[in-house]
Amino acid sequence: MARKTSPTQRAVVTVAAWSIGFLIFLPILWTVILSFKSETDAIRTPLQVLSAPWTTASYAEVQARSNYGAHFMNSVIISVGSTVLALIVAIPAAWAMAFQPGRRTKDLLMWMLSTKMMPAVGVLIPIYLMFRDFGLLDTRIGLTVVMTLINLPIVVWMLYTYFREIPSEILEAARMDGASLGKEILYVLTPMAVPGIASTLLLNVILAWNEAFWTLQLTTSKAAPLTAFIASYSSPEGLFYAKLSAASTMAIAPILILGWFSQKQLVRGLTFGAVK
Amino acid sequence: MATAHSRALARLMVSPSVILLLLWMIVPLGMTVYFSFLRYNLLMPGMETWAGFDNYYYFATQPSFWIALKNTLYLVLGVLAITVIGGIALALLLNQPFWGQGIVRVMIIAPFFVMPTVSALVWKNFFMNPVNGMFAHLAKALGFAPLDFLSQAPLMSIILIVSWSWLPFATLILLTALQSLDSEQMEAAEMDGAGWLSRFRYLTLPHLTRSITVVVLIQTIFLLSIFAEILVTTNGGPGVASTNLPFLVYSQSLLSFDVGGGSAGGIIAVILANIVAIFLMRMIGKNLDA
Repeated sequence: MARKTSPTQRAVVTVAAWSIGFLIFLPILWTVILSFKSETDAIRTPLQVLSAPWTTASYAEVQARSNYGAHFMNSVIISVGSTVLALIVAIPAAWAMAFQPGRRTKDLLMWMLSTKMMPAVGVLIPIYLMFRDFGLLDTRIGLTVVMTLINLPIVVWMLYTYFREIPSEILEAARMDGASLGKEILYVLTPMAVPGIASTLLLNVILAWNEAFWTLQLTTSKAAPLTAFIASYSSPEGLFYAKLSAASTMAIAPILILGWFSQKQLVRGLTFGAVK
Repeated sequence: MATAHSRALARLMVSPSVILLLLWMIVPLGMTVYFSFLRYNLLMPGMETWAGFDNYYYFATQPSFWIALKNTLYLVLGVLAITVIGGIALALLLNQPFWGQGIVRVMIIAPFFVMPTVSALVWKNFFMNPVNGMFAHLAKALGFAPLDFLSQAPLMSIILIVSWSWLPFATLILLTALQSLDSEQMEAAEMDGAGWLSRFRYLTLPHLTRSITVVVLIQTIFLLSIFAEILVTTNGGPGVASTNLPFLVYSQSLLSFDVGGGSAGGIIAVILANIVAIFLMRMIGKNLDA
């Protein structure tokens, strides 16, 4: 990166990068712009849209008509709930595999990841029928449990790759200094493990928030998170551009902001440490 | 260091995850296998009879199965081609010094965080709609007839939408890999008179091989099971023109209530995905040793 470039070259690259960046970002930007226009203005030509007056009426209307707040809470409860549940189960497992690796540890990790490769349609019917019979269809508990299970392998893997980098010598040093096991965990390991746990939490909340297979199959209205709520705009309500864009903006804004913060962990986490 | 006591503790710590995943794997999958051998329709409960391999036979010989298989393949390969080639080009561009790197990075990564139902609806209505979409306005301004993307080129349109969601992922990973490229080696090659193309061919590309493999394999797993984008844009149509394997299984089992046939399709999807998965496991396994 230390290579010298002429100002002209830098200017050319700047223009190219900004143009492409703008084009890639345009669908999101346009959605946000449309959400602040009136329904009649939103379907005009792009130049007319830009010059039309701004309004927040669509946001109020989306909330009044469809109780956006309830779906938002469903998304929060399901994505955070399933991630926390998965962490509770996965932290001990990843911990043991990172600090007490046995002969089978690697096979076990591979097997866990392989469960993730199973396409969801392979188990759709039994899960659907079980949910129907146990009255779990369209409940937040049912969906949270399914999301916990589908994300568990990824959570174990991410935690494992983070824990593995904690040097085990530091444990021995603490032990030599006379620290008990409890103190060792509380004062030595936990502070070093927290960043890894935090980025695993962040990435999995994002993945769970955007999951759109099980959420669409297993919920209809009461427990529907934002993914399913937005899908209800697919027809013919989708023709109400301003309202659709207001609902979409509200659905993606929280996770977009979280996502921008998680940029650095994203590459590492999603490639299981293969690319850093 | 590992005593019998600590080994037992380690096993105890691992077991909840293993048991949960084992149950999640075996119980539903076993039921799907069982259903796939039954003549079982949700409209006629209690009438299940043994069907042998009939469900597999009917599922695999219906014309829509081959169309769905072909569509699944096009979808995966199309999105992979666009995102990998586009990702390399973008990463090369963004790896050079320019003003406002942070902001451009933020704009480019954004689509990855947009949920599939939103990205599909945004593209369908605000861009691809033949009357009010931005592409239609653009076509009219330039004097062309607007194209009805989702009915005239449904699969192409879905490939475009999904590529938009995955391009940031590929770009970000390839950019991270590029940043670890040895710049001294690059300069030495440049001084020795190596042209841009040969530097790319002999230095950059070999350096990127591993990250390209990671991008291809991780994306494949997700692309094989695309569902939401199809559901909210074309609903698999027109006809079955944009139906992929997961969507076919969904429509056969939960829309036509044919549990037996749908289960057979599900098992076929699992087998196909496993063939792909074997390659991924090998690759990540190698990395674990490194």
